[in-house]
This record gives sequence, structure tokens and C-alpha cells, in this order.
Amino acid sequence: MFSTLSDRLTTVLQGLRGKGRLSDADIDATAREIRVALLEADVALPVVRGFIAKVKERAKGSEVHQALNPAQQVVKIVNEELVNVLGGETRRLNLAKNPPSVIMLAGLQGAGKTTLAGKLAKWLKGQGHTPLLVAADLQRPNAVTQLQVVGERAGVPVFAPEPGNGVGDPVSVSRRGIEEAKAKQHDIVLVDTAGRLGVDEEMMKQAIDIRAAVNPDEVLFVVDAMVGQDAVNTATAFRDGVGFTGVVLTKLDGDARGGAALSVREVTGQPILFASNGEKLEDFDVFHPDRMASRILGM
Amino acid sequence: LLGAGDLDEDSWQDVEDTLLIADLGAATTTEIVSTLRSKIAGAGVRTEAEATALLRSVLVDALHPKMDRSLKALPHAGKPAVLLVVGVNGVGKTTTTGKLARVLVADGRTVLLGAADTFRAAAADQLETWGKRVGAETVRGPEGGDPASVAFEAVKRGMDTGVSTVLIDTAGRLHTKKGLMDELGKVKRVVEKQAVVDEVLLVLDATTGQNGLTQARVFAEQVDITGIVLTKLDGTAKGGIVFQVQRELGVPVKLVGLGEGADHLAPFEPGAFVDALLG
Ligand SMILES: Nc1nc2c(ncn2[C@@H]2O[C@H](COP(=O)(O)OP(=O)(O)OP(=O)(O)O)[C@@H](O)[C@H]2O)c(=O)[nH]1
Ligand SMILES: Nc1nc2c(ncn2[C@@H]2O[C@H](COP(=O)(O)OP(=O)(O)OP(=O)(O)O)[C@@H](O)[C@H]2O)c(=O)[nH]1
Ligand SMILES: [K+]
Ligand SMILES: [Mg+2]
Ligand SMILES: [Mg+2]
Repeated sequence: MFSTLSDRLTTVLQGLRGKGRLSDADIDATAREIRVALLEADVALPVVRGFIAKVKERAKGSEVHQALNPAQQVVKIVNEELVNVLGGETRRLNLAKNPPSVIMLAGLQGAGKTTLAGKLAKWLKGQGHTPLLVAADLQRPNAVTQLQVVGERAGVPVFAPEPGNGVGDPVSVSRRGIEEAKAKQHDIVLVDTAGRLGVDEEMMKQAIDIRAAVNPDEVLFVVDAMVGQDAVNTATAFRDGVGFTGVVLTKLDGDARGGAALSVREVTGQPILFASNGEKLEDFDVFHPDRMASRILGM
Repeated sequence: LLGAGDLDEDSWQDVEDTLLIADLGAATTTEIVSTLRSKIAGAGVRTEAEATALLRSVLVDALHPKMDRSLKALPHAGKPAVLLVVGVNGVGKTTTTGKLARVLVADGRTVLLGAADTFRAAAADQLETWGKRVGAETVRGPEGGDPASVAFEAVKRGMDTGVSTVLIDTAGRLHTKKGLMDELGKVKRVVEKQAVVDEVLLVLDATTGQNGLTQARVFAEQVDITGIVLTKLDGTAKGGIVFQVQRELGVPVKLVGLGEGADHLAPFEPGAFVDALLG
């Protein structure tokens, strides 16, 4: 649908090839194209600004001036800077020295937390771990049932002492989940929590209380790759509220450019650990910054 | 702010930022700004308040405030009205279906829910919980079964029991998945064998960015969308993608979702929407 960034830049810089030198005006025009491409990819506006400033500075340096094909060189710079922001290397999950390790999932409604809980459980089990899923979303209709089904599909037990649908205390369930894991010798606990808005103070406090009760090794912020400019508000609210140590990007099997990856990473500084790319439990991978950079640019 | 009947550059920047941050997208933002520029030049705007009022009216106009946003949910020729709820994963289809049932039941109608999401874990249970909450029967099929046949059975049951409205909840599916989109087309065609589908509501999540337009296009091609429901407007997201969606599809936003509760559904009002966007 959108023309790719390389197409855009090639158009802007047409005729410049062989000229071997870009004027500042050429670079400004180029920067405008990059700006639009990033906005179309849903990169958050403040992040776009900072990013463009960085790229401009590099583009005015000698590496572009001396390039045979300035457009290509600019695309290369953009790509490198993107990978930089997205995090050069993938960080692995932090696990506790003394098991059980605790991983708590948090995010907006419908982001893909419960599905991710199942994916992580299955993936960890495949690596020889013995995870336990804890059903601490007692709010969304049948969230507990959903996690039970997901657990069954993953072949991983689910601790679900409360029926949910408004009944039970998620903080207490989480705490008891850790005790259960210790008693039954599970080495990893995955706590599925209810979806919540960044602006919902009561629900954010609940997440903070769950965190305090389980003292997690990782709090993963789960974010939908289709999210737009709100990524900044929401990521900031979760960072300042419950706080998180890593990010998981979901629904990457669609065709959203996923500029949110850049926004969340740049705004919170937390690494993106995993990419979720389908509804089935095996549709899941560690995050690859280089693939994400190409995707954002449409290349 | 104002010099010689125009805004200064910082103010123009603020206007542009407001629109971009609301997810209107780069092209629509440029258009709105240039419309505003020519209006401001023509109207001889003197104060910041006048400029804001003008921006408000340009935005409201861009939402085609005269569009018919009524919901066709009443029975005809002795047959129930049938509504189909569609959209990508996790946007709020099942919740919206439950809330819609609540509105109709409160209005004295009888409603039947069809759980045509046979795929997602506990999707039918979730809908059934909603049904119990609002007082509507739920027709469901076997897990992993054919969604079209559940939809068919639901409409059949609705006709047999003489309900006023059958609401069919479908599975979340990404518009990029051809097989799932074909399946959705089949759900609709099968329903149409025995009843008219009065509304196909596309649920869009207000947090969605520019991909929302692509979603809308592909769903519209597949099942002729008749209305948009914009959910999760109770958060910080503004939902500005609907400017492009409404214009391109020529289909109105009819309802907005304002929370997870049964009563958190409201008619879409362009003025209020724009006020929230600017506020
Ligand atoms: N296509 C696709 N769908 C996904 C992915 N991850 C989750 N989903 C779907 O997205 C929808 C929501 O997923 P859930 O796991 O229920 O999301 P959640 O964050 O637990 O939702 P709440 O508990 O209501 O806040 C479901 O239809 C999932 O099947 C993904 O990577 N790709
Ligand atoms: N804050 C808020 N949450 C909402 C709203 N509508 C739905 N939700 C929540 O969003 C999450 C997903 O809602 P569902 O109704 O399950 O979404 P769905 O589109 O049916 O999801 P799938 O069937 O998995 O594709 C749930 O946690 C809902 O409670 C809304 O208007 N505001
Ligand atoms: K809002
Ligand atoms: Mg969940
Ligand atoms: Mg659903």
C-alpha cells in the first residue's frame, strides 16, 4: 500500500546520483521523506523527531557526501540507526538463581498476554523447564477458563484456585501461585494478569500489588504491533506504574509495520525479548532487531 | 499566537502534532492543516479560541456528521434482525456483542447470541458469560467446529424462538490471512441462506495505528462492512484512524466502546469525539 522508504528516497534523490554530493537542502528533503515513512509505520512522533535529528547529523557527514549512491547510503544509515535503537543483541530471559523464577505479564486489554503465557510455557517446557501457569486475571469473562485451555494445549499445569469473572483476589492468587510452585517443584512461574489501561489507577495499583507479592524476575510488557501513537503513553504509564523489565511484541503475523517497537524501546529503554506471530502456541520467536528494522522501513 | 490573521509557526506545529498523535496519519493531517490554513486566511481569525473553534469544525466536517449512524437491529417480516461482528484479534468483538445485547434487552427486545468463534480458547464460554449477564441465550458449537454452521444454527434457533435480534460473534482474524477471511465470507453467505444480514460491524481498537485502514479495506472487500465500532476509547488513545476509514469505506462509525462493563457502549458523536481528540 505505502511505497517503501527506499522508493521514496530514490524519488527524492533522483538525479543526484553521480553528483556525488548532497546539499543540506537535499538532506532536509530526504529527512522529510524518512519522517513520513516512520509516521506511516506508526513510530511515535517524539521518537521520530529524535531519530530524524540523529540521521540528519550522520547524513550531513562524509559517508553520504562521498557515496556513489547517496540514496542507498541514507537508507543504510537509517537502517543502522534503527537497529541501534531496537537493541543490537537479543537479551535472554532473566531466571532466578534459586527457583522458582517468576515471570509476570502485563499490558493493555487484548494485547495477547494469555496467549503469550501459553507460548512461553510451551517454549520453556521444551527447554526442559517445568513451568506453572497462574490465573491471576479474575476480571475478564472466562479469562481463567481461557488460560486453562491454553495450559492444556501447552501441556503445562495451571494454578487456578478462583473462578474469576469478578470472583477472587488476583494478588492473593499470585502469592499462592508461588507457594504452589515451590511445593510442587516448578522452576518457573508465569503469572497471567488482567488487561488494564495505563490511566486506570486502581487497576495499575493492583498490578503493583501483584508485583510486590510475587517479586518477579521479569515483568514483560506485552504490546500489540498494530498500536499507533498511543504506544508512548501506554508504555510510559506501565513503566511508571507496575514497571517492566522487558517487552514482547505480538501479532507480528499481520502487515502492520510495527513502529511501536521503536517507540517503546526508545521511550522506556527496556529490551524487546520476544516476537509473537500467530494464534497458535508455537507462533513465537525471540526478537530480531534487524528483521524489525527492515519491516519498519518496508524493505 | 496570532499574527495578521494567521497562526505563528509554533502554533501550526502544535496543530499538526495534535493530529499526528491522534493517529490521523501523515496524509490526512496535511490535508486537515491545509484546509484549516485556507479557512483561517478566509475568515480573518483574531484569537486562539477562534482558531481552535475553526479546527474543531474542520475536523467534525471531515467526519461527515450527516452520515446515518443508526443501527439496523430490529426484526423485519417476522424474522429477527441479524448482526455480524467482525475484526482482527483482541479488539473487543465479544465484549461489544455482549454490550449490544445489553442495549437491546434493556430496550425490551429479545436477543440470541451466536458463538461463531470456535477457535480461540474459551471464546464461546466468554460469550455465554455475557449472555447470562445480559439475559440472552447463547448458541454454541463444538470447539474447533465449523463457525459457519454455528452461525447458521444460531439464526435458525433465533427464528424458531422468535427473538428480535441475533448477534453473531466471530473469531478474531488478521486481514492478511486469506483462509480465515474466506471462512468469514462463508459465515456470512451461510447466514444469508435463511435471513438478511442487517449489519456487519467492524470492530476497530482505538489504539490501532495506520494498519487500521488496511484492516478496514480488506474486511470491507470480504463482507461488506455496514458500520464501525471504535472500542477502548476510555484509554489515552484517540482513535484518529477512523477519519481515513470512514472516508475510504464510506461507512460510518456507529458506536464507541468506553470500558469493559456491560453499559460501556455509546453512539458515536463526531462533536464529542473531536472534543476528546483536541482535549
Ligand atoms: N494473529 C495473532 N493473534 C494473536 C497473537 N497473540 C494473541 N493473539 C490473539 O489475540 C487475541 C487476544 O489474545 P489474548 O491472549 O486473549 O490477549 P490478552 O492480552 O490476554 O487479553 P485480555 O486478557 O483481555 O487483556 C486472541 O484472539 C489471540 O488468539 C499473535 O501473535 N498473532
Ligand atoms: N478498556 C476497554 N476494554 C475493552 C473495551 N472493549 C473490550 N475491552 C477489553 O478488551 C479485551 C478483548 O476483548 P474481547 O471482546 O475479548 O475482544 P475480541 O475482539 O472478541 O477478541 P478475540 O475474539 O480474541 O479476537 C478484553 O479484556 C475486554 O474486556 C473497551 O471499550 N474499553
Ligand atoms: K481516549
Ligand atoms: Mg488475558
Ligand atoms: Mg472474541
